[in-house]
Amino acid sequence: MSLLSVRGLKVAYGGIEAVRGIDLDVEAGELVALIGANGAGKTTTLKALAGMLRPAAGTVRYADSDITGVASHRLIRQGVALVPEGRGVFARLTVQENLQMGAYIRDDRPAIAQDLDKVFGLFPRLHERRAQVAGTLSGGEQQMLAIGRAMMSRPKLLLLDEPSMGLAPLMVQKIFEVVHSIAAQGVTILLVEQNALLALEAASRGYVMESGAITLSDSAPALLASPQVRQAYLGE
Amino acid sequence: MDIFLQQIINGLTLGSVYAIVALGYTMVYGIVQLINFAHGEVVMIGAMVALWVISSLAGGAMPPVVIVLAGILCAIPVCMAVGYTMERVAYRPLRSAPRLAPLITAIGISIILQHVAMLVWSRNPLPFPQILANPIFEIAGATISAVQIAIIVLSLLMMGGLTLLVYRTKLGVAMRATSENPQVAGLMGIDINRVISMTFIIGAGLGAMAGVMVGTYYGQAHYTMGALLGLKAFCAAVLGGIGNLAGAMLGGMLLGVVEALGTGYIGEITDLCHVSGISTALAERCAEDGHMVVFGSNYQDVFAFIVLILVLVFRPSGLLGERVSDRA
Ligand SMILES: Nc1ncnc2c1ncn2[C@@H]1O[C@H](COP(=O)(O)OP(=O)(O)O)[C@@H](O)[C@H]1O
Ligand SMILES: [Mg+2]
Repeated sequence: MSLLSVRGLKVAYGGIEAVRGIDLDVEAGELVALIGANGAGKTTTLKALAGMLRPAAGTVRYADSDITGVASHRLIRQGVALVPEGRGVFARLTVQENLQMGAYIRDDRPAIAQDLDKVFGLFPRLHERRAQVAGTLSGGEQQMLAIGRAMMSRPKLLLLDEPSMGLAPLMVQKIFEVVHSIAAQGVTILLVEQNALLALEAASRGYVMESGAITLSDSAPALLASPQVRQAYLGE
Repeated sequence: MDIFLQQIINGLTLGSVYAIVALGYTMVYGIVQLINFAHGEVVMIGAMVALWVISSLAGGAMPPVVIVLAGILCAIPVCMAVGYTMERVAYRPLRSAPRLAPLITAIGISIILQHVAMLVWSRNPLPFPQILANPIFEIAGATISAVQIAIIVLSLLMMGGLTLLVYRTKLGVAMRATSENPQVAGLMGIDINRVISMTFIIGAGLGAMAGVMVGTYYGQAHYTMGALLGLKAFCAAVLGGIGNLAGAMLGGMLLGVVEALGTGYIGEITDLCHVSGISTALAERCAEDGHMVVFGSNYQDVFAFIVLILVLVFRPSGLLGERVSDRA
């Protein structure tokens, strides 16, 4: 039984369908990549899964219950966390307050303090800057903060929307190391990326999305080897 | 008598009330980008409820302090209920409507509340029962009353309390997060509807206190008293930088002092007898009356709006506002 199981999902902005009936499964403990060109509908899909957008049709099942149309502030309590595209850190809150908001749904103070130390251990830069407002951080530091903040909720399913966007290569590498270590802790991850090579190297399986539909789905090595993917997304 | 010091004291008293009311405007603006023009009416309702409770209990066996406290403790929940209800019923359904719609709705609610108050509490000014002793103290040639001291001290306490709430509690951090990005706040598990309700409730509670204070200070309450007071407090919020808490406090205090000093000196400054040399007719009049004042202290209410215009021209984001934010 999949942890996340999506059937016939359609999402529309006004009259315009951005996601046109997709099926998608993520098993517990898996790292699955969702790749596709700009405008394919990846962000829209993640927003619908996280409860930020209400689907126009289809069903979303998570951990054996129907979560179609459930609002984001309820889904997070069931363990679904989204690191949004563009990071979405609270620029006027301090780094520490951002992380506190990540743990908003929890009230086990000692465990929260432990998790805070864990995030600071993973990202020493954030510890140095914990009293600074997040707006003063670099893009890479903000991405670390966004991921750290999501981890503060102790998610079971982590949805990552283009964590490498706009970052220098060294920082991209660091972010992917972190994604690997989160996956190694047993957190299930659905990773959206435009950097198809990195995403498929990290993932065990992948989906390819084009204009609102899923056109390919296979194991990551098979996708990496497929001429279609190599031509369209790996620049060959 | 030292007019300058006296007007500073009066200005700080009134400024405290403006600041407390301005906080209600600025908190709501910060979180939903709405100018809640009905906030002045919440203040009026606070004054009316307290007046009604205090008049009903006055003359009974209870000590005066207890009666006044009872008035306050009734005014606060009534105003909170009014604030909560107006958001829930009128503003929430319009949250994704063009911003003109909630703005016009706010003006409509303000008119409705005024008229309901008129029906309930009469169209005449009502005397606010002065049941507490109000000794007057002298300092350096000026006077300050116990009521003035109480207003200033209580206001400072409320401002301190609100600052602690917003910067030191989980609810406060959630309020600031929601004000910055409601969608991402939702991802954190914050129920933004609840946070918005809380913002209206807290603002209305402060408004209730302001109503009791201003009613006690002026010794009367009237169903239209919230309109001008609300407008001035709104000016104070804009002066400080709307959406900014410290700005509302600073703006309120400054506005109160500017208004008091302006009122205190406008007669003297616009006294044409300073320049009686320019015409013989004027010199004759001045010899007779001693003064020929163009603008008297009845111009008290223009200062807030002069300040508003100056701010909008020279510093549209206000004294402490970082930027002119716009709803996306
Ligand atoms: N808020 C919005 N309103 C209207 N159309 C949108 C909105 N957001 C995205 N779209 C459209 O939906 C389609 C999918 O966008 P998106 O999900 O952001 O793609 P991706 O994340 O794959 O780049 C695009 O055509 C985009 O223009
Ligand atoms: Mg996207």
